[in-house]
Parts: sequence; C-alpha cells; structure tokens
Amino acid sequence: MNKKWVSRFMAPAAAALILAGCNFSGGDESGGSSEGESGAEGDGSAAQTIVLSEQSDIPTMDSTKAHDSIAFNVLNNINEGLYRQNESNEVELAMAEKHDKNEDETVHTFTLREQNWSNGEPVTAQDFEYAWKRVMREAGPYNYMLVTAGIKNAEAIMNEEVDADELGVKAIDEKTLEVTLEAPNPLFETLLAFATFLPQNQAFVEEQGDQYALEAENVLANGPFVFSEWQQEQGWTLEKNEDYWDAENVKLDKAEFVVVKDPQSGANLYETEKVDRVKLTSSLVDQYQDNDGFTNEKASGIVFLRFNHNHEVLSNANIRRAVNMAIDRDGLTDVILKDGSTPLYGVVPEGYYNSPEGEDYRELNGDINKGTAEEAQEFWKKGLEEAGIDSLTVSLNIADTDEMKKVGEYLQAQLEDNLPGFKLELKAVPFAQRLEIEKAIEYDLSLSTWGPDYADPMTYLDMWVDGSSANRMDYSNPKLDELVAEARTDTDLSNRYKTLLEIEKVLLEEDAAVAPLYQRGNTYLTRPSIENLVIHPAGADLSLKWASVK
Amino acid sequence: MKRYLIQRFAYAVITLFIIVSATFLLMQLLPGTPYSNAEKLTESQRAILDAKYGLDKPVALQYLTYIGNLVQGDLGYSFQYQGRTVMSMIGDRIGPSALIGLQGLVFGTIIGLVLGIISALRHNTAIDYVSVTIAVLGMSIPSFVFAALLQYYIGVKLGWLPVALWENYQSTILPSLALSVTVIATVARFIRSEMLEVLGQDYVTTARAKGLNESGVIWKHVIRNALIPVVTMLGPLAVSIMTGTLVIEKIFGVPGLGEQFTLSILVLDYSVIMGITLLYSALFIFVVFVVDVLYGLLDPRIDLKGGSKA
Repeated sequence: MNKKWVSRFMAPAAAALILAGCNFSGGDESGGSSEGESGAEGDGSAAQTIVLSEQSDIPTMDSTKAHDSIAFNVLNNINEGLYRQNESNEVELAMAEKHDKNEDETVHTFTLREQNWSNGEPVTAQDFEYAWKRVMREAGPYNYMLVTAGIKNAEAIMNEEVDADELGVKAIDEKTLEVTLEAPNPLFETLLAFATFLPQNQAFVEEQGDQYALEAENVLANGPFVFSEWQQEQGWTLEKNEDYWDAENVKLDKAEFVVVKDPQSGANLYETEKVDRVKLTSSLVDQYQDNDGFTNEKASGIVFLRFNHNHEVLSNANIRRAVNMAIDRDGLTDVILKDGSTPLYGVVPEGYYNSPEGEDYRELNGDINKGTAEEAQEFWKKGLEEAGIDSLTVSLNIADTDEMKKVGEYLQAQLEDNLPGFKLELKAVPFAQRLEIEKAIEYDLSLSTWGPDYADPMTYLDMWVDGSSANRMDYSNPKLDELVAEARTDTDLSNRYKTLLEIEKVLLEEDAAVAPLYQRGNTYLTRPSIENLVIHPAGADLSLKWASVK
Repeated sequence: MKRYLIQRFAYAVITLFIIVSATFLLMQLLPGTPYSNAEKLTESQRAILDAKYGLDKPVALQYLTYIGNLVQGDLGYSFQYQGRTVMSMIGDRIGPSALIGLQGLVFGTIIGLVLGIISALRHNTAIDYVSVTIAVLGMSIPSFVFAALLQYYIGVKLGWLPVALWENYQSTILPSLALSVTVIATVARFIRSEMLEVLGQDYVTTARAKGLNESGVIWKHVIRNALIPVVTMLGPLAVSIMTGTLVIEKIFGVPGLGEQFTLSILVLDYSVIMGITLLYSALFIFVVFVVDVLYGLLDPRIDLKGGSKA
C-alpha cells in the first residue's frame, strides 16, 4: 500500500533529479597509486600515478589573479616562469636559458629557451610582457610583488599614477625579454619563481575572454605537466607534459588531486588507498602517528605576539622581554598544539632560508630571548619598577579559531603563573576583526600570524620598518630601518645575509619588540612509496617535477 | 484556487525581498573585506580594490545596484572564485545537494512511515519498543555522528560503499542515509502518535463495526487521517535537511552548495552569500507552499479557495 504512494509522488521526482546530472567524476580511474595499474607482468615498476588531496577547490587558474597556495601549487606544476624553485628551495633558470645584467644590475636581459605552449604556440618574450602588465592592469591581488621586485614604475602604476603600459618590462624580440628595475635588487631572481611572474599567451587569453582559466581546457601549460581535467569542488588532474623541455627528468605520468574537506574523511580515504597524501589535524595525530606514512613537515608560517608600543607599560623593553621569557614554548607545541608546530625564538623560521654559504638562518642567529621563569621574573621586576607599578592587566586580541583560543588560554596560564601581578584578559573576535583591530593598533597584545611572500628572510624582516603596513604596533627603530634599506639594494649576497641576521638581532635582542611563539607545522599521511615530493616554504608549497613512485 | 496561487506568489516575492534586504544589510555589519589577502593588504591597495568593485559607494547605493541587478537575474561575480558568476557556481553545485537531500527525505519518510505505522499497529510490543528506541536515538544523535559511523563501518571496515568523494551513484548512498536518520526518527514518532490517536476515534470503531476488513480500515480511515500532520512536518524537515547537508557534504566530500555557503560567509564573499541565501529562502517558501497544496489533496475539508487560509 505504501508502494502506490511512493510510485505516485516520490519515485518520479527522484528519478528526474538523478537524470538532471550531478557531475559524477567517474570513479574507476581514481584508484590509489599503490595498488593496481602497475606493469604487473615483469618489470615490477610501479605506475607513476599519485592521488593527492587539497582542502578546497582552486579559486582561480588565472596566474595574474591567483592568491592562494592551492592555485599556486597547480600553476607551479603546469606553468613555468623565468626561474623555478628547485629541490633545495633555491631558484634556478627555467623558461629563461640565459640571464644577463648590466653593470649596476638594474637592466636584466633574459633569453628564453625553445618551449611551446600546450596549444603548440611558442612561448615568447611578449607572453611575459603581456602577463606582467596584465597583473598591474587588473590590480591582481599580488601586484605588489612587482613592486617588491622593484620593477620600474610598478609602484606608480599600483598607486594609479601612471598607466600599466609604462611597466619596466619589454620584449626586445620573440626570445629576448628586458626588465628594468628602479634599483638593484638582490631578491629579484627569487621573486621571479613566483606565480605572479608567469607568462600568459595574449592571443589565447583574449580569445577565451571571460571564460579564460575557468575550465581545464581554457588554460595553457608550458611546464612539467598539463592541466587535463578539472571538476568543480571535486578535483583536478595533471598529466605529464611530453613537450616540456626537461621532460626526461619528469617521472610522474599523472597526479590527481581530490578535494577532501574533512580531515577524518581524508584519513579514511588514505586507509582505503583512495588517496596517497592527506593533511591531518591535531585531533588525528594520536591516532595515526604510528602509521608508516605519518610525517611532520615544518611550515613557513609563524605565530607571535605583537605588543602595542604605544602602551605605557608595554613600551618598556624589560616588560616585553619578561613576557618573552615567561612562556614555555615546548609545552605549547608538544602538549597543546601537537600539530607539527615547533617552538620559535626568532621571527625567521627554521629550515628554509640558508645563507649563500648554506647555513640556516635560525642556526646562525640562535634562540633569542629564551629564558627561564626566574630570568623572566627579574626582567619583570625591573620593568614594573621602571613603570612605577606593581601589577599589570592587559588584554590579548585573538582570532576565535580553535587553534588561537587554545594558544590564548595557554599564554594566559603561563604569564599569570610566571609573572606575579600579571593579568591577561582574552578578547576573542572573528579573524577579520582581529586583523582590523591590529591594523588600527587598538589592542594591548595581539596574537598574530605571518606567512612569507617569497623565499627569503626579508619577508619576515622588512615588515618592522617604521610606517610599514604590516608593522601594526607603532614599533620604530631607526637602526632597523637603516639596515633594511641597506639590505634591499645590497647585491653582495654574503654581506646582505649578514645584514639580515643583524636586523633580527635589533628587533629581538635589543628591543624584544615582539614575542615569537611557534613555527607552524603540518602533519600528513603520505604513501611511503612516493619519493621526492618537494615542499617549498613560499609561493607554491609543492613541486611534482621530481616526484616518482617506487 | 487561481486567486489563491496569485496571492501566495505575491507574498513569496515580498518575503524574498525582505530576506534579501535584511541579509544585505546584516552582511555590511560583518568586519573585514572580501579580498583574499587581507593580511597583506595595505590601506591604499584596499581603497583601489574597493573602488574597482564599487564597495566604496554608500551602502544604500550598493543596495539599489544589487536589487537592480537581481531583478534582471544577475547575481554578480564571486570574489573568492575569481571570474565565476554566482549563477554558474550555484548551477554547478545544486545538483549533488538536491540529490542527496531528496534521497534522504524520500527514503527517510518511507522508512519512518513504515516503522511508525507498524509500531502503532503493534502498540506496546517488542516491535514498538524497538522502533521507539530508533526514533529517540535518531532524534538525539546528530546526523554527522551517523555520517562518521557509516563512513567508518560501511566504507572503511566493510568496504561496501565509497568512503567519500563523488565518483558515481554509489557515492550518494551514504550521505543520503546519514541525512535520512533525522527524517526517519521524526516521521516515525509522529505517525505513530497520530495513528494511535486516530485508532481510538469513533469513526474507526464505526468502520470496523460496519464490517470493513482490517486493511480497509487502516488504509482508508486511519492512515489517511494520520498523514495530515505528517505532511505538515515535511516542510520543516525538508528545510532541516537543507541545512543538515552542510556538515554531511563536508564529511563525504559532496561537491554541493552547503559547504560553499559556510565558506562564503567565512571569507565574506558577498555576492555568493546573497545568492545562496536567496536560493535557500526561495526553496523554503516553495516547500511550504507545496505542503499547503498537499493538505488539500489529502483532506478534502481543507479548502484553498478561501483567502483567509493564506
């Protein structure tokens, strides 16, 4: 009797909807790498196919508008600029075969190598000129990278003083590109590996119009892989680009990416061998840390405390140093966070930024302001005396995410326990609000985060210059400003690196201007059969060019 | 009937207009910017971007522009997914959401009805207790817990159905099941108590007394009368399923609307927030309307002609 009712109303409606098309991705091709598909008869070599996961869809595939690591990851693997980050995070010549500079290093001439776009058209110098000017014309979110690179007129264009056509980049002929800088810039090559500096084929972009980069077939590749498939909200596929100039060194045939938003589902997909690499959250770490594929990877983001330097008590360096020393970072990362984060005693994180001689920045500068609770109390007492008070109540501006609230509560406990008379009030607000409050400098202490724009310590150091939009605490030390200005144009890289070390010392050893807390980390489950998956600190996180399955 | 429909439609348009206006104004109160790199944005860059997207204009003017575009069917472009229109984003994502939502609702209603009817007919027997227990569990345990359990036991342990992702029809089964749990519980509980009430009515006794066979009594007299309040429930249930999909879609990696909605609020993607709000409200109004019409079909005593009904 129920049947009648069902057949009358429900079944036809459901059937109609199923027919309405639900964009199934067609599952049979997306098996994990470690099973099946391999050349089972004989040679024993594994199929060079991997399945990776991302937590959301690609916001845009247009390199001039890209602004997040997911897009950068895809662009980095299907496209190639003048330079590319290699396996040890240094930049090396890529689309450019040769790079000449004039005497004062303000005019750079690049000779391009022979390489075609995936539609068969050659990659030309005009493609670079067109794309870079397009970044400025469209006010792309990373247009300030061209300013950081010091390209002539970039700043004036960004401030809408001159037209985007005046940008200091010019195609001399099909294979020769000339870039003019405002001043010599030691960072120039490093920046050129960033997605904003990728070329675009003008004819193709204009032909696609407002459909450009919205589907897999509306994007061109000139890198190690081609972008062969893209299903909204579900995933995308990269396949080896046989026409790539260095194709013989690309071992992977295919890399699929699936969108997995829930970390527990990700772990389940890993266990059922549907996906070869998933990111874990700290709640999953205990459960999976004994798994073969469990890895802790250092990330390049940092978390630190900003002090309001206008605050009458927090403007005292002894008080700030006391706060710095009163916090046990090990407890924070190992007990509270457990997500791969590591203690940080400096603003430049560990493991990514080597000196020209190959030494790590963090090792060279060591742990700054690391102290015991007793040392902290000494500075605390001194500071209170200087300020003429015996207790201090301040508030902490934090974003209301789980991570930040946990950290905030930990800081509250540590500071109130270790510094007699210290009282910390937590003010949790939405992330966007946290940022607004910070930018307006309407806080006492603020729990802040920073990520690098490019792979150089400078990205963590020039933000502290007086008046910088990222300073956000009215900190000012002319000595630091001077050192930053010096490092910006110093093309003697060893000397420049020394200056970079000096800047952090001024900021922290002299001024204890901020309290660094931890370097972010990520925990992953990665199929152990995958080799040479290269993780970068800035820009794209991931290069597949050298990856393979054993 | 015609007059009634026109009247309902007019009310629907007014309601939508109020919702759109309220959402638009509330959205202005949210802090932050829709630009993805807010952390690095300088004041002057922000001003230039605001000018580019018309966000520097007074709120009233922005509102009028939005309404103007809306009337022409233009929902604008997403900030987060550069270059994509809100229309195309909704178009791409509505299919999967609707499919699992509808399957969950249909399956849940059928199972709920069967469970509820059986337990009413076998009142105070073991079957009744089992079904009441199921109903209580279904009501009190959130659907995402069932989702996680289904995923683990059926997907990982038994390997019968896909753990997650949206690959083929099998992928829709677990999310639909997870969504149906609340529906089963609600419908079963409701039909059971309604049936028990109707079974005690005089007209049922009369029907039996005049010698109608048992299935005739149950089908013609009891179920039909007990169904009316259940239909009332279906409206709110359909809506709760729409919101329930938010979490379920995330867990099973369904490329649907729900997840996009929460995300767009977090990143302040104004036009997407507006578009999806509009869609949800329109659906809600439509569902309520369908329920009203269904009343008339089930119960001839309810007359839709009278204007007072609306």
